[in-house]
Amino acid sequence: MLRKTPLYQLHLELCGKITEFAGYLLPVHYLPGIIHEHLHCRRHAGFFDISHMGQLLIVGDEAFNAFEPLTPSDISGLSIGQQKYTVLTNDQGGVIDDIILTRTANGLNIIVNAACKTKDLEYLQSQLSDRCEVVELSNQALFALQGPAAAHVMGRLAFSADLAFMTACNTELAGISCTISRSGYTGEDGFEISVSNKDAEALARRLLAEPDVMAIGLGARDSLRLEAGLCLYGHELNETITPVEAGLAWLIKTRHPHFPGADRIISQLQDGPETLRVGLSIHGKQLVRDGSIIYNDTHHAVGHVTSGSFSPSLGKPIAMAQLDVKYSAIGTDLYTKVRERPVAVSVTRLPFIPLRYHR
Amino acid sequence: MSHLPSHLRYTKSHEWAEVQPDQIVRVGITDFAQQELGDLVYIELPKVGRTLSAGEQCAVVESVKTASDLFSPIAGEVVAVNEQLVDEPERVNNSPYQAWLFSIRTDDLSGLDRLMDADAYLLMIDQ
Repeated sequence: MLRKTPLYQLHLELCGKITEFAGYLLPVHYLPGIIHEHLHCRRHAGFFDISHMGQLLIVGDEAFNAFEPLTPSDISGLSIGQQKYTVLTNDQGGVIDDIILTRTANGLNIIVNAACKTKDLEYLQSQLSDRCEVVELSNQALFALQGPAAAHVMGRLAFSADLAFMTACNTELAGISCTISRSGYTGEDGFEISVSNKDAEALARRLLAEPDVMAIGLGARDSLRLEAGLCLYGHELNETITPVEAGLAWLIKTRHPHFPGADRIISQLQDGPETLRVGLSIHGKQLVRDGSIIYNDTHHAVGHVTSGSFSPSLGKPIAMAQLDVKYSAIGTDLYTKVRERPVAVSVTRLPFIPLRYHR
Repeated sequence: MSHLPSHLRYTKSHEWAEVQPDQIVRVGITDFAQQELGDLVYIELPKVGRTLSAGEQCAVVESVKTASDLFSPIAGEVVAVNEQLVDEPERVNNSPYQAWLFSIRTDDLSGLDRLMDADAYLLMIDQ
Protein backbone atom coordinates (compact mmCIF):
# COMPACT_ATOMS: atom_id res chain seq x y z
CA MET A 1 0.00 0.00 0.00
CA LEU A 2 1.64 3.21 -1.16
CA ARG A 3 1.46 6.13 1.24
CA LYS A 4 0.53 9.72 0.48
CA THR A 5 1.85 12.84 2.15
CA PRO A 6 -0.59 15.52 3.38
CA LEU A 7 0.19 17.45 0.16
CA TYR A 8 -0.84 14.67 -2.24
CA GLN A 9 -3.92 16.53 -3.51
CA LEU A 10 -1.86 19.68 -3.93
CA HIS A 11 0.74 17.77 -5.98
CA LEU A 12 -2.05 16.58 -8.27
CA GLU A 13 -3.48 20.09 -8.50
CA LEU A 14 -0.01 21.35 -9.51
CA CYS A 15 0.07 18.63 -12.25
CA GLY A 16 2.93 16.82 -10.52
CA LYS A 17 4.05 13.70 -12.38
CA ILE A 18 3.58 11.20 -9.59
CA THR A 19 6.05 8.38 -9.00
CA GLU A 20 6.61 5.84 -6.25
CA PHE A 21 9.56 6.62 -3.99
CA ALA A 22 10.39 4.71 -0.81
CA GLY A 23 6.78 3.60 -0.49
CA TYR A 24 5.31 7.07 -1.06
CA LEU A 25 3.50 8.64 -4.01
CA LEU A 26 5.46 11.80 -4.75
CA PRO A 27 6.01 14.16 -7.71
CA VAL A 28 9.16 13.55 -9.75
CA HIS A 29 8.53 16.92 -11.40
CA TYR A 30 5.76 19.43 -12.06
CA LEU A 31 4.85 21.22 -15.31
CA PRO A 32 8.09 23.24 -15.64
CA GLY A 33 10.21 20.04 -15.65
CA ILE A 34 13.36 19.03 -13.80
CA ILE A 35 15.74 21.50 -15.49
CA HIS A 36 13.55 24.58 -14.99
CA GLU A 37 12.74 23.59 -11.42
CA HIS A 38 16.43 23.04 -10.67
CA LEU A 39 17.50 26.39 -12.10
CA HIS A 40 14.65 28.21 -10.38
CA CYS A 41 15.81 26.87 -7.02
CA ARG A 42 19.40 27.98 -7.73
CA ARG A 43 18.25 31.48 -8.77
CA HIS A 44 15.18 32.15 -6.58
CA ALA A 45 13.53 29.68 -4.18
CA GLY A 46 12.19 26.15 -4.38
CA PHE A 47 9.55 24.46 -2.22
CA PHE A 48 9.96 20.71 -1.58
CA ASP A 49 7.54 18.31 0.10
CA ILE A 50 9.87 15.95 1.96
CA SER A 51 7.21 14.56 4.30
CA HIS A 52 8.25 11.03 3.31
CA MET A 53 11.41 11.46 5.38
CA GLY A 54 11.30 10.07 8.89
CA GLN A 55 11.14 12.43 11.85
CA LEU A 56 12.14 10.59 15.00
CA LEU A 57 12.18 11.84 18.55
CA ILE A 58 14.46 10.40 21.22
CA VAL A 59 13.30 11.67 24.59
CA GLY A 60 14.21 11.23 28.23
CA ASP A 61 16.76 12.54 30.70
CA GLU A 62 19.37 10.12 29.40
CA ALA A 63 18.44 10.40 25.71
CA PHE A 64 21.39 12.44 24.53
CA ASN A 65 24.02 10.48 26.42
CA ALA A 66 22.45 7.19 25.41
CA PHE A 67 22.45 8.13 21.73
CA GLU A 68 25.95 9.58 21.60
CA PRO A 69 27.84 6.21 21.38
CA LEU A 70 25.79 5.14 18.30
CA THR A 71 27.38 7.73 16.04
CA PRO A 72 31.01 8.35 15.08
CA SER A 73 30.53 12.12 15.50
CA ASP A 74 31.38 14.17 18.56
CA ILE A 75 28.01 15.63 19.46
CA SER A 76 28.67 16.29 23.12
CA GLY A 77 29.25 19.99 22.52
CA LEU A 78 25.91 20.61 20.80
CA SER A 79 23.69 23.05 22.61
CA ILE A 80 19.89 22.99 22.42
CA GLY A 81 18.79 23.87 18.89
CA GLN A 82 22.11 23.01 17.27
CA GLN A 83 22.16 20.44 14.49
CA LYS A 84 24.69 18.00 13.13
CA TYR A 85 24.86 15.89 9.98
CA THR A 86 26.11 12.43 10.91
CA VAL A 87 25.69 8.72 10.30
CA LEU A 88 24.64 5.63 12.24
CA THR A 89 27.27 2.94 11.77
CA ASN A 90 27.07 -0.84 12.06
CA ASP A 91 29.70 -3.07 13.71
CA GLN A 92 31.62 -3.36 10.43
CA GLY A 93 31.79 0.42 10.08
CA GLY A 94 29.20 0.51 7.29
CA VAL A 95 26.50 3.16 7.27
CA ILE A 96 23.03 2.19 8.55
CA ASP A 97 21.73 5.65 7.60
CA ASP A 98 22.83 9.25 7.29
CA ILE A 99 20.85 11.60 9.49
CA ILE A 100 20.43 15.18 10.67
CA LEU A 101 20.15 15.39 14.42
CA THR A 102 19.00 18.35 16.48
CA ARG A 103 19.55 18.62 20.21
CA THR A 104 16.27 19.46 21.95
CA ALA A 105 15.40 20.42 25.52
CA ASN A 106 14.60 16.83 26.46
CA GLY A 107 16.65 14.74 24.05
CA LEU A 108 17.08 14.87 20.32
CA ASN A 109 15.20 14.91 17.08
CA ILE A 110 16.57 13.10 14.05
CA ILE A 111 15.61 13.24 10.38
CA VAL A 112 16.19 9.90 8.64
CA ASN A 113 15.86 8.67 5.08
CA ALA A 114 12.40 7.48 4.06
CA ALA A 115 13.68 4.10 2.90
CA CYS A 116 15.51 3.55 6.21
CA LYS A 117 12.72 4.70 8.54
CA THR A 118 11.55 1.29 9.75
CA LYS A 119 15.08 -0.10 10.02
CA ASP A 120 16.31 2.94 11.95
CA LEU A 121 13.35 2.96 14.32
CA GLU A 122 13.82 -0.73 15.16
CA TYR A 123 17.57 -0.30 15.55
CA LEU A 124 17.31 2.74 17.79
CA GLN A 125 14.57 1.16 19.91
CA SER A 126 16.68 -1.98 20.35
CA GLN A 127 19.68 0.09 21.41
CA LEU A 128 17.98 2.75 23.52
CA SER A 129 14.60 1.61 24.80
CA ASP A 130 15.86 0.69 28.26
CA ARG A 131 17.15 4.26 28.78
CA CYS A 132 14.83 6.51 26.78
CA GLU A 133 11.87 6.59 24.42
CA VAL A 134 12.19 6.50 20.61
CA VAL A 135 9.09 7.55 18.70
CA GLU A 136 8.23 8.53 15.14
CA LEU A 137 6.56 11.89 14.64
CA SER A 138 4.08 10.46 12.16
CA ASN A 139 1.68 13.38 12.48
CA GLN A 140 4.23 15.89 11.20
CA ALA A 141 4.84 16.91 7.59
CA LEU A 142 8.26 18.16 6.47
CA PHE A 143 8.99 20.81 3.85
CA ALA A 144 12.16 22.41 2.54
CA LEU A 145 12.43 25.94 1.21
CA GLN A 146 15.76 26.36 -0.56
CA GLY A 147 17.49 28.98 -2.64
CA PRO A 148 18.94 32.50 -2.48
CA ALA A 149 15.46 34.04 -1.99
CA ALA A 150 14.42 31.59 0.75
CA ALA A 151 15.27 33.92 3.64
CA HIS A 152 13.33 36.83 2.05
CA VAL A 153 10.31 34.60 1.57
CA MET A 154 10.46 33.48 5.21
CA GLY A 155 10.67 37.12 6.28
CA ARG A 156 7.52 37.94 4.35
CA LEU A 157 5.76 35.15 6.26
CA ALA A 158 6.64 36.85 9.56
CA PHE A 159 9.56 34.58 10.37
CA SER A 160 11.85 36.77 12.44
CA ALA A 161 14.44 34.45 13.99
CA ASP A 162 17.98 34.94 12.69
CA LEU A 163 18.87 31.26 12.49
CA ALA A 164 22.48 30.35 11.78
CA PHE A 165 23.29 27.42 9.45
CA MET A 166 22.50 24.09 11.14
CA THR A 167 20.41 25.47 13.98
CA ALA A 168 16.71 25.03 14.67
CA CYS A 169 13.95 26.62 16.73
CA ASN A 170 10.27 26.23 17.53
CA THR A 171 8.40 29.22 16.18
CA GLU A 172 5.52 30.39 14.02
CA LEU A 173 5.47 30.83 10.27
CA ALA A 174 2.50 32.69 8.80
CA GLY A 175 0.88 32.23 12.21
CA ILE A 176 1.31 28.43 12.15
CA SER A 177 3.37 26.56 14.77
CA CYS A 178 6.45 24.94 13.23
CA THR A 179 9.92 23.70 13.99
CA ILE A 180 12.25 25.41 11.55
CA SER A 181 15.91 24.70 10.86
CA ARG A 182 18.43 26.41 8.63
CA SER A 183 19.53 23.41 6.61
CA GLY A 184 18.85 21.58 3.40
CA TYR A 185 19.99 19.28 0.65
CA THR A 186 20.69 21.60 -2.28
CA GLY A 187 23.88 23.51 -1.42
CA GLU A 188 21.82 26.71 -1.15
CA ASP A 189 20.79 28.74 1.86
CA GLY A 190 17.46 27.45 3.04
CA PHE A 191 15.16 26.03 5.65
CA GLU A 192 13.47 22.80 6.61
CA ILE A 193 10.06 23.20 8.19
CA SER A 194 8.30 20.58 10.31
CA VAL A 195 4.59 21.29 10.65
CA SER A 196 1.60 19.28 11.82
CA ASN A 197 -0.24 17.34 9.11
CA LYS A 198 -3.41 19.35 9.74
CA ASP A 199 -1.67 22.67 9.01
CA ALA A 200 0.57 21.32 6.24
CA GLU A 201 -1.50 22.16 3.19
CA ALA A 202 -2.37 25.67 4.37
CA LEU A 203 1.29 26.46 5.03
CA ALA A 204 2.38 24.94 1.71
CA ARG A 205 -0.16 27.05 -0.18
CA ARG A 206 0.99 30.15 1.67
CA LEU A 207 4.64 29.48 0.70
CA LEU A 208 3.78 28.63 -2.90
CA ALA A 209 1.77 31.85 -3.21
CA GLU A 210 5.01 33.84 -2.90
CA PRO A 211 6.17 34.90 -6.37
CA ASP A 212 9.77 33.69 -5.91
CA VAL A 213 8.71 30.19 -4.93
CA MET A 214 8.31 27.25 -7.32
CA ALA A 215 7.32 23.71 -6.34
CA ILE A 216 10.22 21.33 -6.94
CA GLY A 217 9.91 17.58 -7.48
CA LEU A 218 12.17 14.68 -6.54
CA GLY A 219 14.01 14.83 -9.88
CA ALA A 220 15.46 18.28 -9.25
CA ARG A 221 15.99 17.45 -5.57
CA ASP A 222 18.36 14.74 -6.81
CA SER A 223 20.16 16.89 -9.41
CA LEU A 224 20.55 19.73 -6.87
CA ARG A 225 22.12 17.46 -4.24
CA LEU A 226 24.37 15.84 -6.86
CA GLU A 227 25.74 19.25 -7.93
CA ALA A 228 26.28 20.05 -4.24
CA GLY A 229 28.29 16.82 -3.86
CA LEU A 230 25.96 15.45 -1.17
CA CYS A 231 25.51 11.74 -0.49
CA LEU A 232 22.28 9.89 -1.25
CA TYR A 233 21.70 6.81 0.88
CA GLY A 234 21.57 3.70 -1.31
CA HIS A 235 23.96 5.32 -3.79
CA GLU A 236 26.97 6.91 -2.08
CA LEU A 237 26.21 5.30 1.27
CA ASN A 238 25.14 1.81 2.30
CA GLU A 239 25.79 -0.85 4.96
CA THR A 240 29.15 -1.80 3.40
CA ILE A 241 30.62 1.67 2.76
CA THR A 242 32.32 3.36 5.73
CA PRO A 243 32.04 7.11 6.26
CA VAL A 244 35.78 7.40 5.55
CA GLU A 245 35.35 5.71 2.17
CA ALA A 246 32.38 7.98 1.48
CA GLY A 247 34.55 11.06 1.99
CA LEU A 248 32.90 11.90 5.32
CA ALA A 249 36.03 11.58 7.48
CA TRP A 250 35.37 15.12 8.71
CA LEU A 251 32.39 14.00 10.78
CA ILE A 252 34.32 11.39 12.79
CA LYS A 253 35.41 12.05 16.36
CA THR A 254 38.76 10.80 17.49
CA ARG A 255 38.41 11.85 21.10
CA HIS A 256 36.28 8.90 22.31
CA PRO A 257 36.52 6.22 19.65
CA HIS A 258 33.69 4.13 21.09
CA PHE A 259 31.04 3.65 18.46
CA PRO A 260 29.92 0.73 16.26
CA GLY A 261 32.61 -0.14 13.72
CA ALA A 262 35.19 2.13 15.38
CA ASP A 263 38.09 -0.31 14.86
CA ARG A 264 37.76 -0.31 11.09
CA ILE A 265 36.87 3.37 10.81
CA ILE A 266 39.71 4.61 13.02
CA SER A 267 42.25 2.42 11.21
CA GLN A 268 41.01 3.83 7.89
CA LEU A 269 41.43 7.33 9.29
CA GLN A 270 45.04 6.51 10.19
CA ASP A 271 46.09 4.41 7.18
CA GLY A 272 43.72 5.78 4.55
CA PRO A 273 40.81 3.86 2.97
CA GLU A 274 41.15 1.57 -0.06
CA THR A 275 38.39 3.35 -1.96
CA LEU A 276 37.12 6.91 -1.90
CA ARG A 277 34.08 8.81 -3.16
CA VAL A 278 35.01 11.34 -5.84
CA GLY A 279 33.40 13.70 -8.32
CA LEU A 280 33.65 12.91 -12.02
CA SER A 281 33.69 15.38 -14.85
CA ILE A 282 32.30 13.71 -17.99
CA HIS A 283 33.86 14.58 -21.35
CA GLY A 284 31.20 15.09 -23.99
CA LYS A 285 27.42 15.03 -23.70
CA GLN A 286 26.75 11.36 -23.00
CA LEU A 287 25.13 10.83 -19.59
CA VAL A 288 26.80 8.32 -17.30
CA ARG A 289 24.44 6.49 -14.93
CA ASP A 290 24.96 4.83 -11.56
CA GLY A 291 26.44 1.34 -11.74
CA SER A 292 28.71 2.15 -14.71
CA ILE A 293 32.19 0.65 -14.26
CA ILE A 294 35.20 3.01 -14.30
CA TYR A 295 38.42 1.80 -16.01
CA ASN A 296 42.00 3.01 -15.94
CA ASP A 297 44.21 3.46 -19.02
CA THR A 298 45.23 -0.20 -18.93
CA HIS A 299 41.52 -1.20 -19.02
CA HIS A 300 41.30 -2.47 -15.45
CA ALA A 301 38.15 -1.74 -13.43
CA VAL A 302 39.01 0.77 -10.68
CA GLY A 303 35.55 1.66 -9.37
CA HIS A 304 31.95 2.42 -10.25
CA VAL A 305 29.56 5.34 -10.63
CA THR A 306 27.30 5.85 -7.60
CA SER A 307 25.18 8.72 -9.02
CA GLY A 308 25.21 10.18 -12.50
CA SER A 309 22.97 12.71 -14.17
CA PHE A 310 22.85 15.97 -16.04
CA SER A 311 23.88 19.18 -14.26
CA PRO A 312 21.45 21.93 -15.24
CA SER A 313 23.75 24.57 -13.70
CA LEU A 314 26.79 23.46 -15.71
CA GLY A 315 24.85 22.30 -18.78
CA LYS A 316 26.72 19.01 -18.92
CA PRO A 317 26.73 15.53 -17.40
CA ILE A 318 28.30 14.99 -13.97
CA ALA A 319 28.70 11.99 -11.68
CA MET A 320 30.04 10.76 -8.38
CA ALA A 321 31.97 7.48 -8.15
CA GLN A 322 33.55 5.17 -5.61
CA LEU A 323 37.14 4.64 -6.83
CA ASP A 324 40.26 2.76 -5.86
CA VAL A 325 42.06 5.44 -3.84
CA LYS A 326 45.12 5.19 -6.14
CA TYR A 327 42.99 6.77 -8.89
CA SER A 328 41.18 9.33 -6.74
CA ALA A 329 43.51 12.32 -7.22
CA ILE A 330 41.92 15.40 -8.79
CA GLY A 331 42.62 15.42 -12.52
CA THR A 332 43.10 11.65 -12.95
CA ASP A 333 41.91 10.66 -16.44
CA LEU A 334 39.82 7.48 -16.61
CA TYR A 335 37.01 6.15 -18.76
CA THR A 336 33.71 4.32 -18.53
CA LYS A 337 31.57 2.57 -21.13
CA VAL A 338 28.06 3.49 -22.17
CA ARG A 339 26.37 1.11 -24.61
CA GLU A 340 29.78 -0.53 -25.26
CA ARG A 341 31.45 2.75 -26.25
CA PRO A 342 34.15 4.46 -24.16
CA VAL A 343 33.34 7.78 -22.48
CA ALA A 344 36.29 9.75 -21.05
CA VAL A 345 35.93 11.03 -17.48
CA SER A 346 38.27 12.74 -15.06
CA VAL A 347 38.28 13.03 -11.29
CA THR A 348 37.16 16.49 -10.23
CA ARG A 349 36.67 18.46 -7.04
CA LEU A 350 33.41 18.23 -5.09
CA PRO A 351 31.08 20.04 -4.92
CA PHE A 352 30.42 20.84 -8.58
CA ILE A 353 28.98 24.26 -7.67
CA PRO A 354 29.89 26.72 -4.90
CA LEU A 355 27.94 26.09 -1.69
CA ARG A 356 25.96 29.09 -0.47
CA TYR A 357 25.05 28.21 3.09
CA HIS A 358 24.21 30.99 5.56
CA ARG A 359 27.26 30.99 7.80
CA MET B 1 -3.52 14.47 -25.82
CA SER B 2 -3.87 18.01 -27.00
CA HIS B 3 -2.54 17.68 -30.52
CA LEU B 4 -2.00 14.45 -32.44
CA PRO B 5 -1.28 15.10 -36.15
CA SER B 6 -3.55 12.98 -38.33
CA HIS B 7 -1.15 12.68 -41.29
CA LEU B 8 1.45 10.73 -39.27
CA ARG B 9 1.74 7.01 -38.53
CA TYR B 10 2.57 5.86 -35.01
CA THR B 11 4.44 2.91 -33.46
CA LYS B 12 3.81 1.06 -30.21
CA SER B 13 7.20 2.35 -29.03
CA HIS B 14 6.01 5.96 -29.48
CA GLU B 15 7.83 6.98 -32.66
CA TRP B 16 5.98 8.88 -35.37
CA ALA B 17 6.65 8.46 -39.11
CA GLU B 18 5.93 11.04 -41.79
CA VAL B 19 5.98 10.27 -45.51
CA GLN B 20 8.06 12.72 -47.56
CA PRO B 21 8.64 12.83 -51.35
CA ASP B 22 11.01 10.26 -52.96
CA GLN B 23 10.14 7.31 -50.68
CA ILE B 24 11.62 9.11 -47.67
CA VAL B 25 10.17 8.71 -44.17
CA ARG B 26 10.94 11.14 -41.36
CA VAL B 27 10.96 9.81 -37.82
CA GLY B 28 10.47 11.52 -34.47
CA ILE B 29 9.01 10.79 -31.04
CA THR B 30 5.48 11.62 -29.97
CA ASP B 31 4.33 14.31 -27.58
CA PHE B 32 3.28 11.55 -25.18
CA ALA B 33 6.81 10.08 -25.31
CA GLN B 34 8.55 13.39 -24.62
CA GLN B 35 6.17 14.08 -21.72
CA GLU B 36 6.88 10.66 -20.23
CA LEU B 37 10.64 11.13 -20.57
CA GLY B 38 10.81 14.72 -19.32
CA ASP B 39 13.57 17.17 -20.20
CA LEU B 40 15.78 15.61 -22.89
CA VAL B 41 19.50 16.29 -22.49
CA TYR B 42 21.19 13.86 -24.93
CA ILE B 43 20.23 12.31 -28.25
CA GLU B 44 22.23 9.63 -30.04
CA LEU B 45 21.34 9.50 -33.74
CA PRO B 46 22.03 6.69 -36.23
CA LYS B 47 24.85 7.05 -38.76
CA VAL B 48 23.85 8.25 -42.21
CA GLY B 49 24.13 5.33 -44.64
CA ARG B 50 23.18 2.69 -42.06
CA THR B 51 20.67 0.11 -43.28
CA LEU B 52 17.86 -0.60 -40.84
CA SER B 53 15.21 -3.25 -40.68
CA ALA B 54 11.75 -2.44 -39.36
CA GLY B 55 11.77 -2.43 -35.56
CA GLU B 56 15.57 -2.26 -35.31
CA GLN B 57 17.01 -0.26 -32.38
CA CYS B 58 18.73 2.73 -33.97
CA ALA B 59 18.78 5.78 -31.67
CA VAL B 60 18.70 6.74 -27.98
CA VAL B 61 17.03 9.66 -26.26
CA GLU B 62 18.08 10.50 -22.73
CA SER B 63 16.34 12.71 -20.21
CA VAL B 64 17.68 13.83 -16.86
CA LYS B 65 16.15 10.72 -15.29
CA THR B 66 16.31 7.97 -17.89
CA ALA B 67 17.49 6.68 -21.29
CA SER B 68 15.14 5.24 -23.88
CA ASP B 69 15.85 3.30 -27.09
CA LEU B 70 14.21 4.28 -30.37
CA PHE B 71 13.30 1.78 -33.07
CA SER B 72 13.04 2.26 -36.80
CA PRO B 73 9.39 2.24 -37.89
CA ILE B 74 10.31 0.96 -41.37
CA ALA B 75 13.08 -0.85 -43.27
CA GLY B 76 15.47 1.28 -45.32
CA GLU B 77 18.62 3.36 -45.32
CA VAL B 78 19.28 6.35 -43.07
CA VAL B 79 19.72 9.31 -45.45
CA ALA B 80 19.71 12.24 -43.01
CA VAL B 81 19.85 13.00 -39.28
CA ASN B 82 18.77 16.19 -37.53
CA GLU B 83 22.17 17.37 -36.25
CA GLN B 84 20.58 20.43 -34.63
CA LEU B 85 19.19 18.15 -31.91
CA VAL B 86 22.68 17.15 -30.76
CA ASP B 87 23.18 20.63 -29.32
CA GLU B 88 19.52 21.41 -28.66
CA PRO B 89 17.76 18.21 -27.58
CA GLU B 90 15.13 20.36 -25.82
CA ARG B 91 13.63 21.04 -29.27
CA VAL B 92 12.06 17.59 -29.03
CA ASN B 93 10.31 18.62 -25.80
CA ASN B 94 9.24 21.96 -27.22
CA SER B 95 7.90 20.76 -30.59
CA PRO B 96 7.96 16.97 -30.85
CA TYR B 97 6.24 16.82 -34.26
CA GLN B 98 8.60 19.36 -35.86
CA ALA B 99 11.81 18.05 -34.32
CA TRP B 100 12.41 14.98 -36.52
CA LEU B 101 15.37 12.80 -35.55
CA PHE B 102 16.29 10.94 -38.74
CA SER B 103 15.06 10.19 -42.26
CA ILE B 104 14.97 6.79 -43.96
CA ARG B 105 14.71 6.03 -47.68
CA THR B 106 12.63 2.92 -48.06
CA ASP B 107 11.94 0.60 -50.97
CA ASP B 108 8.49 -0.18 -49.73
CA LEU B 109 6.26 2.42 -48.13
CA SER B 110 3.60 -0.20 -47.53
CA GLY B 111 5.60 -1.13 -44.40
CA LEU B 112 3.90 1.87 -42.80
CA ASP B 113 0.49 0.23 -43.19
CA ARG B 114 1.10 -1.96 -40.15
CA LEU B 115 1.62 1.14 -37.96
CA MET B 116 -1.18 2.92 -36.12
CA ASP B 117 -3.06 5.96 -37.29
CA ALA B 118 -3.68 8.85 -34.89
CA ASP B 119 -6.96 7.41 -33.57
CA ALA B 120 -5.46 4.01 -32.84
CA TYR B 121 -2.41 5.55 -31.15
CA LEU B 122 -4.62 7.80 -29.04
CA LEU B 123 -6.61 4.75 -27.96
CA MET B 124 -3.38 2.95 -26.99
CA ILE B 125 -1.95 5.75 -24.85
CA ASP B 126 -5.31 6.40 -23.18
CA GLN B 127 -5.30 2.86 -21.81
